[in-house]
This record gives sequence, C-alpha cells and structure tokens, in this order.
Amino acid sequence: MTFNSVPLSWYLMLSAILFVLGIAGFLYRRNVITVFMSIELMLNAVNLSFVTFSYQLKQVDGHIFSFFVMVVAAAEAAVGLAIILTVFKNRQSLRIDDVSSMKY
Amino acid sequence: MWGSQSWLQPAFQLAYLMTMYNFMPSGDDYIRFLPEIIMSVMGTFFMVLEGILGDKKEGKGLIFGHLTLATLLAALLACMYANGFPGNAFTGMLIIDGYGTFFRVLVIGVGMLAVLSSYQYLKREHAEAGEYHALILFSIVGQCVMVTANELIMVFIGLEVSSIATYVLAGYLRDDKRNNEAALKYFLLGSFATAFLLYGIAWIYGASGSTRLDTIQAFLANRDVAHNMALIGTAAALMFVGFAFKVSAAPFQIWAPDVYQGAPAPVTAFMSAGPKAAAFAVFVRVFMTAFGPIVDRWEPFVWSSALLTMVIGNFAALMQSNIKRLLAYSSIAHAGYVMVAIAAHNQIGVSAVMFYLAAYALMNIGAFAVVAHFSRQGEKYVNVEDLAGLGWKQPVTAALFAIFLLSFIGVPLTGGFFGKFYIFKAALDANLIWLSVLGLLNSAVAAYYYLRILVVMYMQEPGESMASLQPLSTGISVTLWASALGTLILGIYPAAILTFARSSSAFLK
Repeated sequence: MTFNSVPLSWYLMLSAILFVLGIAGFLYRRNVITVFMSIELMLNAVNLSFVTFSYQLKQVDGHIFSFFVMVVAAAEAAVGLAIILTVFKNRQSLRIDDVSSMKY
Repeated sequence: MWGSQSWLQPAFQLAYLMTMYNFMPSGDDYIRFLPEIIMSVMGTFFMVLEGILGDKKEGKGLIFGHLTLATLLAALLACMYANGFPGNAFTGMLIIDGYGTFFRVLVIGVGMLAVLSSYQYLKREHAEAGEYHALILFSIVGQCVMVTANELIMVFIGLEVSSIATYVLAGYLRDDKRNNEAALKYFLLGSFATAFLLYGIAWIYGASGSTRLDTIQAFLANRDVAHNMALIGTAAALMFVGFAFKVSAAPFQIWAPDVYQGAPAPVTAFMSAGPKAAAFAVFVRVFMTAFGPIVDRWEPFVWSSALLTMVIGNFAALMQSNIKRLLAYSSIAHAGYVMVAIAAHNQIGVSAVMFYLAAYALMNIGAFAVVAHFSRQGEKYVNVEDLAGLGWKQPVTAALFAIFLLSFIGVPLTGGFFGKFYIFKAALDANLIWLSVLGLLNSAVAAYYYLRILVVMYMQEPGESMASLQPLSTGISVTLWASALGTLILGIYPAAILTFARSSSAFLK
C-alpha cells in the first residue's frame, strides 16, 4: 500500500476529462455564470496536469506554475464577475442569447 | 565573527546559494526590466492619484493624459537604453534582444497614439478618470513582458496582464450596452483561449521537463523524440489554438468583430494594434524557437489558418455597413497576411512579420482615430454611409483617412505596400506559391471595400451627419498626422525599419 498505487496516467486522464467537460460546458451552457465556471474548471484541469507532471519529473517547476495559474484565475474571476455584474445591471438577464445586440 | 552566530546561518547560506546559482538579480537585470518597472509604478500611482483628485472634474483628463504620455516616453527611452544590455534577465525568465526591443517600442508607441486619440473622446463621454490611463499602462506592461519572455510562465503572465487590463478597457463605459457586451465576449472567449494555451504548456512541460523556450528547443532538436510525438504534437496544437485566438486568426476569429465594434473607438484602436502585435510577437518566438525543430509538423496548420483567415476577413468585410465592424474584419484579414509570413518560417518571414505589424499598427490606429473623431457622442455615426461628403467638409481628415485606406490596400508609397511585398517575398522564398497567389487575389478583393469608403467620402453629397461635425481636436490630429507620416515613411524609406528587423530576426539561429 503505497501512494503510487494510483498510476500517474490516471491523473492525466482525469485532467483531460475535466478539460473536455469544461469545453462542453462553455459551448453548451446558456447562463453566463455557468459558462464562466466552465472556464474555471478548464483551468483547474490544467493545474492537475501540471502537478502530475511535476510529481513525475521530481521538479517544483510545475507546482510553481500551478500557483501562477491560481493567482491569475483569481484576478480573472474578479474582473469577470465585475463585467458580468455590469451586463446584468444593463440587461436584467444572464442568458448568453440575450447578449447579442451586435449584428451587421 | 558574524558567521559564528548560528541564528544568522540560514540567511548566509541562502545568500551564498543565491549568488552561487545566479538567483540574485543583478543591476543589469533591473535595467533590462526598467520600462516595465516605470509603467507599473506609474500605473499604480495613477490609481492613488485618482482617489486623491476624487470627483474634481475639470482638467482631470488632461492631467492623466499628459502624465501617461510622459510615462510612456520615459518607458520608451528606457527600452532604448535597455537594448544596450542584451541578454537574459532574471535567470533566463526574460530575454532582451533586438526582436524584443522592436516590439516593446512598437507597443509603447501604439499606447502613446491611443492615449492621444482618447483625450477628446473621454471628455465627450464624460468618462475622464485615472483608471483608463492606468489600465492602458498595465496592458502595455503585459505586452512588454510577452515580447521579451523567454519562458512559458512569463508568456502566460504577460498575456494575462495584458488581456485582463484590455477586458476592462473594452467595457470602459459601463452604462453603455455595447461596451458591456464587448467586454463580456472578449473576457469569456479570451479566458477560454488562455485555458487552451495553458493546457498546451502543461503538456510540453510534461514532455520536455522544462518551460524555457531554449531548453524545449534543445530537447526537440537533439533527442529522438519520435516516440512521444503525440504528446508534443498535442501540446503544439493546443498552444496554437490559444495564440490563434489572441491574434484573431481563423477559425478562432469569431470574437473580434463584436468586440471591436462594441468597445469605445480609441480602445479598439489600441487593442487592435498593441495586444495583437504582442501576441504575434510571442507566437512567432514560441513557434520559431521552442517548436522550431518540428516546423514541418505545424507549418500545414499555419498555412491553412492563414488562407482561411484572409478569405473570411476579406469576404465578410465586403458585406459590412458599420465602419468599426468593417475595420474589424479588415484587421482579421491582415492577421491572415501575417500568418502567411509565419507559414514561410524563415528569417525573411520573421522580419516581414515585424515590418508588417509596425505598418499595420500605424494605419490601424489612424483609421480608428478617424472613427473616434467622427462618431460623435454615444458613437452615433458609425456607418459607412455617414461618411458621405467628408472629403468636402473636412478635406484634411479625409485625406489622412485616405492614406490609411490606401495603405490597407497596399498601394505603393505606403507602408502597407512594402509590408505585403516582403510577406509574399518570404512566402515565395519558402516555396509557398499557392498561398502567395491566393493571398494576392485576396488583397485584390480587399481593395473593393476600402475603395468603397473612399468613394462615399469623396463622391457623395454631404448628408445630415455632417451638420454636427466638430473640427479635429489637437490630440486626434496629432495621432492622425503621426500615423500618416509613419505610414508614408515606411512606404518611401522602408530600409530604416527593415535593416533593424533583419538584424534582430537573427534570434532564430
């Protein structure tokens, strides 16, 4: 019974599945907040990959990278939620389909 | 004596290790990073100053505008000075070379022109505030980091600093519905693209064990890497998707028309030139250095993306009636031409990318500055038909606009001509004959929609839209004259820029 009883490739597969779920959520969900959550899911899938590779390579580079990703994701969330809030104030709706006033 | 004190021991060891392994940043490192330092400090200072000035309305736009121009000028000089200290900074996180300096100067120049063209706009929309200028500075900091990055972490950080500031700028007038929509679309699709880029970085890190561009290059070049080509290929493809989004190359260009149309005109001028040039710069650097050894694998993708981008951009632009949307599709088409030069993947191609982006930035800023001037409060007049009779009402504005349009078409004596010339020369040198032929046919199509604007300006009677048109403000006329002059200089005397571009594209070897 060691920590290595779960093969590393399983983590990579899990990360790929999460990433694809994020893409699917981004493309098929119609609520702005859910779409935004899908993006966060994709970023976390990436973090999982980084940490896995880092463990496999016996390096800290990947761990450090995943911290940078978290910091940037937090900054992005702050800006993103602010943007979503102003959109809601102006339109009283969070459906993606309602935010399409620009057509030629 | 100090060494004997045990509680200081760890500190001494750390200092020793830092100097031993070169972790301690040297004075030169700070000089190499000076432009970014100046802009970050001033950007932060602006946020404080905004709080101090408060709601004091009159003159605030002037104070912040002038301060921003001074900051950018100082950063520009710092870039030139830093160019005298070439090499790696911060243990290879950044690299200062001619290529980086060229793009740093370009994005800072774009920032100056954008600030100049927004004085009157912000006043008109009652939105003079320090945030606007601080965000422009932060965005430029991000772009400067991007173009000098030698490490995928720095590429990512630079890209995000630039993008996040630009998301906010796109929705700067927060009560305007179109601004909101532009910001939301830019934000969602931009973050989506970033996730792809990051996933690509994770995979190339897993494959090569490093995030440094030169280490990855050495890894791909020296070892027999055929056995994990699937991993490397996926990484390159994911990163390609991320970059293609940022430079609005097909099939990932969908966000650009809506965002460019919805954002305030000076912001559109800024983000269609600066962030785009920086994204191209980092795209070229990553794919030519890190992925250089596997060029035959990614070249077909860039080839088809280039063609698709040119076709979609030009044919969609034919059908536009909104001038901002038309210029957005035109900027997609121009991204396609740059992709042609990247597909050529040779040294002439890289210098063509540099030359073209400089010419493109100038003419694009100029064209959007005309839109900023013409659109009036609330951006009421943004249709091509509204320009009717501009040639008679304001001959100078119309003439300068005509220079930009002719440069877009690629008429000789303008920067656009030599830009296209070098791009197709590079493509022919790389035996991309079909791509060059199709590209040239595309630029013939493009002539139609640019000439249509000229026809409307000069050959139609002035309509009601001309009645309330104010004379050119100082800021906008400086922007227009400077960009027009730059466009003409690049068209008449291209050697000045091209020699520098040629010598600095040597980073490839």
